Amino acid sequence: MVVNSVHWFRKGLRLHDNPALQETLNGADTVRCVYILDPWFAGSANVGVNRWRFLLESLEDLDTSLRKLNSRLFVVRGQPTDVFPRLFKEWNVTRLTFEYDSEPYGKERDAAIIKMAQEYGVETMVRNTHTLYNPDRIIEMNNHSPPSHLQKISSHCESTRTSQETVANHYSRANGQISDNHDEHYGVPSLEELGFKTQGDSSHVWKGGETEALERLNKHLDRKAWVANFERPRITAQSLFASPTGLSPYLRFGCLSCRVFYYNLRDLYMKLRRRSSPPLSLFGQLLWREFFYTAATNNPNFDRMEGNPICVQIPWDHNPEALAKWAEGRTGFPWIDAIMTQLRQEGWIHHLARHAVACFLTRGDLWISWESGMKVFEELLLDADWSVNAGSWMWLSCSAFFQQFFHCYCPVGFGRRTDPSGDYIRRYIPKLKDYPNRYIYEPWNAPESVQKAANCIVGVDYPKPMINHAESSRLNIERMKQVYQQLSHYRGLSLLASVPTIQEEAEPPMSDDSQASSSTAGQPSSPTPSPHQPTPAPSTPPNSEPSTPNTSPSAAAPGAHAQRKRVRPSGLPSKQKSKVKHTNQAKGVEQKTDEKQ
Amino acid sequence: MCVFRMKRGQKRGDKVEEGGGSVSGPGPGAPEVCKRLRRGDSEEREQEDGAVDWGRLPEEILLQIFQYLPLLDRAFASQVCRGWNQAFHMPELWRCFEFELNQPASSYLKATHPDLIKQIIKRHSNHLQYVSFKVDSSTESAEAACDILSQLVNCSLKTLGLISTARPSFMELPKSHFISALTVVFVNSKSLSSLKIDDTPVDDPSLKVLVANNSDTLKLLKMSSCPHVSPAGILCVADQCHGLRELALNYHLLSDELLLALSSERHVHLEHLRIDVVSENPGQQFHSIKKSSWDAMVRHSPKFNLVMYFFLYEDEFGPFFRDEVPVTHLYFGRSVSKEVLGRVGLTCPRLVELVVCANGLRPLDEELIRIAERCKQLSAIGLGECEVSCSAFVEFVKMCGGRLSQLSIMEEVLVPDNKYGLDDIHWEVSKHLGRVWFPDMMPTW
Repeated sequence: MVVNSVHWFRKGLRLHDNPALQETLNGADTVRCVYILDPWFAGSANVGVNRWRFLLESLEDLDTSLRKLNSRLFVVRGQPTDVFPRLFKEWNVTRLTFEYDSEPYGKERDAAIIKMAQEYGVETMVRNTHTLYNPDRIIEMNNHSPPSHLQKISSHCESTRTSQETVANHYSRANGQISDNHDEHYGVPSLEELGFKTQGDSSHVWKGGETEALERLNKHLDRKAWVANFERPRITAQSLFASPTGLSPYLRFGCLSCRVFYYNLRDLYMKLRRRSSPPLSLFGQLLWREFFYTAATNNPNFDRMEGNPICVQIPWDHNPEALAKWAEGRTGFPWIDAIMTQLRQEGWIHHLARHAVACFLTRGDLWISWESGMKVFEELLLDADWSVNAGSWMWLSCSAFFQQFFHCYCPVGFGRRTDPSGDYIRRYIPKLKDYPNRYIYEPWNAPESVQKAANCIVGVDYPKPMINHAESSRLNIERMKQVYQQLSHYRGLSLLASVPTIQEEAEPPMSDDSQASSSTAGQPSSPTPSPHQPTPAPSTPPNSEPSTPNTSPSAAAPGAHAQRKRVRPSGLPSKQKSKVKHTNQAKGVEQKTDEKQ
Repeated sequence: MCVFRMKRGQKRGDKVEEGGGSVSGPGPGAPEVCKRLRRGDSEEREQEDGAVDWGRLPEEILLQIFQYLPLLDRAFASQVCRGWNQAFHMPELWRCFEFELNQPASSYLKATHPDLIKQIIKRHSNHLQYVSFKVDSSTESAEAACDILSQLVNCSLKTLGLISTARPSFMELPKSHFISALTVVFVNSKSLSSLKIDDTPVDDPSLKVLVANNSDTLKLLKMSSCPHVSPAGILCVADQCHGLRELALNYHLLSDELLLALSSERHVHLEHLRIDVVSENPGQQFHSIKKSSWDAMVRHSPKFNLVMYFFLYEDEFGPFFRDEVPVTHLYFGRSVSKEVLGRVGLTCPRLVELVVCANGLRPLDEELIRIAERCKQLSAIGLGECEVSCSAFVEFVKMCGGRLSQLSIMEEVLVPDNKYGLDDIHWEVSKHLGRVWFPDMMPTW
């Protein structure tokens, strides 16, 4: 029987360590690699030009590598559900392979395609490689719930050792079904074709593609000194700038296999240190990624507050002007503005910088919903994985995963600790370059003469700070306390909330009615604090497990009806969505909401 | 979802019969109650020939059950039969209410429906005793709260809380408007025991009204960041309300006189004093409180908690921690110098909980060890942007031992040294605490 294989690239834009691609080659008579992309969506999408550029470069790189193997990449225009039936017929496809996508959205899309393939008699093969572990396995081994803290995830399973083979060796069969007008039909589009204006800004920092990823990996591993005396790399001003060994965008798009990264790092460590097992912290970033992927895989509402069972309902303010100032780097806090400028220009910021701006937007200063911040990151951040992005935002805004909220990053002091001389700020906010170090993080405190000498008057050339940080952090700490005190599960977890108060005594002898007032749809169903259970005094013995007893504050959150607005284009690949199913569902929900109104 | 189906089935649309008012959305548990009700239905049918007639449950039992149901569920239940509808209006169920006032433009949360508010004012305002208002950042919401307050003329509240859930919006109201609404409650209630009015434009004259009407009952007063109150205004409260046991205010209202008034013989023991020390502009000068006044407080209320929140610039700490101060809970919201933390170790023997959000770049080793040595009650500590060497930290934990029930240290705080690396420290600290411990982590992402 003739085997005509198609490998569908989404993430996993690489030839190395790509088991699904290997499956495609296995005994195949013809092999085609496709990427499906809807140019119409590109312009309208909530995905910034840097991310598109990175994607297109990665596709170019794939195409170049495939050419060397006498093949090509087929970039097919359209939506997967429309495209595949056509391809199945045209190419007489018998086998379809792709990398497993654990995200709820991707699972739904893939299920539709698998069903469709079945109808066409096409065999499908799916392999998990975007994460080290299969998220479903982790959940299974963790008593059927996602682990609630990081330490657990690593204890659960060892990832499958990968062969790390590239497909090149197997590719001999992939043969010449390339037509002369391939570029016309299936070439990688340009940014212009997708509707982006590119005014010769060729100076972008992150170049997409597998080739670049592997070069970076080598450089990364070359920093043996770092790995050898492994300590947490000390964060310096230099860390804030894009590094030529940075890998996160490559992991995001799958230009680099996370397993290859993991094993290379591990082997190197063991070679240099001769210790049986490397510390967890060596793989920090990789494990966090696993953690959030696992937390999100069965939670379609992971990227929103309403209807999200792990997310605490916080009465965030709705303030479009303030949000815009933050997103555009006009807060008047040079540290925040420099970070947001770097993010917009380059598509990457250091994780501490992410903490700083995320805290500032949410619980620290502006009290604006993490969902808004997440969307801005989704547009601008090259390495924004849907799960990791949403999860990190929930974490940093203290909306989930149980962490202390006492500590808010200071928009002045935090940056100064990292980069006392303010070089980072001078680079991204040139207007402030002549400010003395002393005032560069707080130019509004500089005497007028200093402002004049620096040719930058605060309030004229550079905005005044949009908020009084001392005042807002005082308010926000109180608000957080209000929120957390209502959730009885969190009792004792928070330092601040543990201060006893006589308030309970003054409250009524019957079950608290606060939830009564109609408005709390989607509120985690916290057993209401009963007056008979006084707040534990600070001296109460804590849980034997300090981190958290249980992550699901509201297993029963009845938010299933929550209005589902699919605003998310979860990064490029998922843009090409199988629309059909979703629209139906969305419609259904909307009908219901209409009735409600 | 079944909520909607049910409504459609019954052709009642949005109007829940009479009392429920219309409720703006399905609340928690709504689907469950449907299920429960439906299950009830079928059971009833099954048992028609005998056993249970749910419609004839004795009122007391019904009340018991209703007390455990959220409002929305009660509203649905009230549609079942006349008896349940009457039960819905039992005064006992309306003692406590939280008004949520949010505007769609400024909040993600839904609001208490206006019809429900009207119903409450009309039928249940005399039943209300424990009332709070949760208000979003819009002025309209704050106004709406005042409108409700000014209609509560025939009620007798025991507790009242005005809570800003986002930017404080009461501050944006005309002061007179706010005051007149608030004083309606003060004048009519006569037995207020708890009043939370943080971040509002309450002023001295309105506090006088409070005192004139509620001095015998007032136990709790929270009024952090109320800029229109003067030290004299709060002193008047302390002088007259001898039952006051918990008080929260800003440092600029704190005076020696106030502490002496709170420690007078006629005054009950104070349990809780919360002070916010906030800098309005850099370089602000703060007054100091005499040691003798604090001593008087401790003599009078030996067990009281003194909770202090500092939001100051580093150079504004001059007057603080010079003499012994009976602070029990100490929170430094902004960067605080090594030197000040050193003084904390010397001057805060009653310290129970310490949170340091930020500090300079030099490790806090000696300071922490001194605190462990001198603050024998210390049981909770949180460190944010600071540095401590791993050895000093282990030593600190060893000295405090098991009494450290809360130990929340950001991972970045701990600086490895030749004795302990980052992987050792979790074991070492766990050993001294007698339980599993990890530093707090932020995701690297």
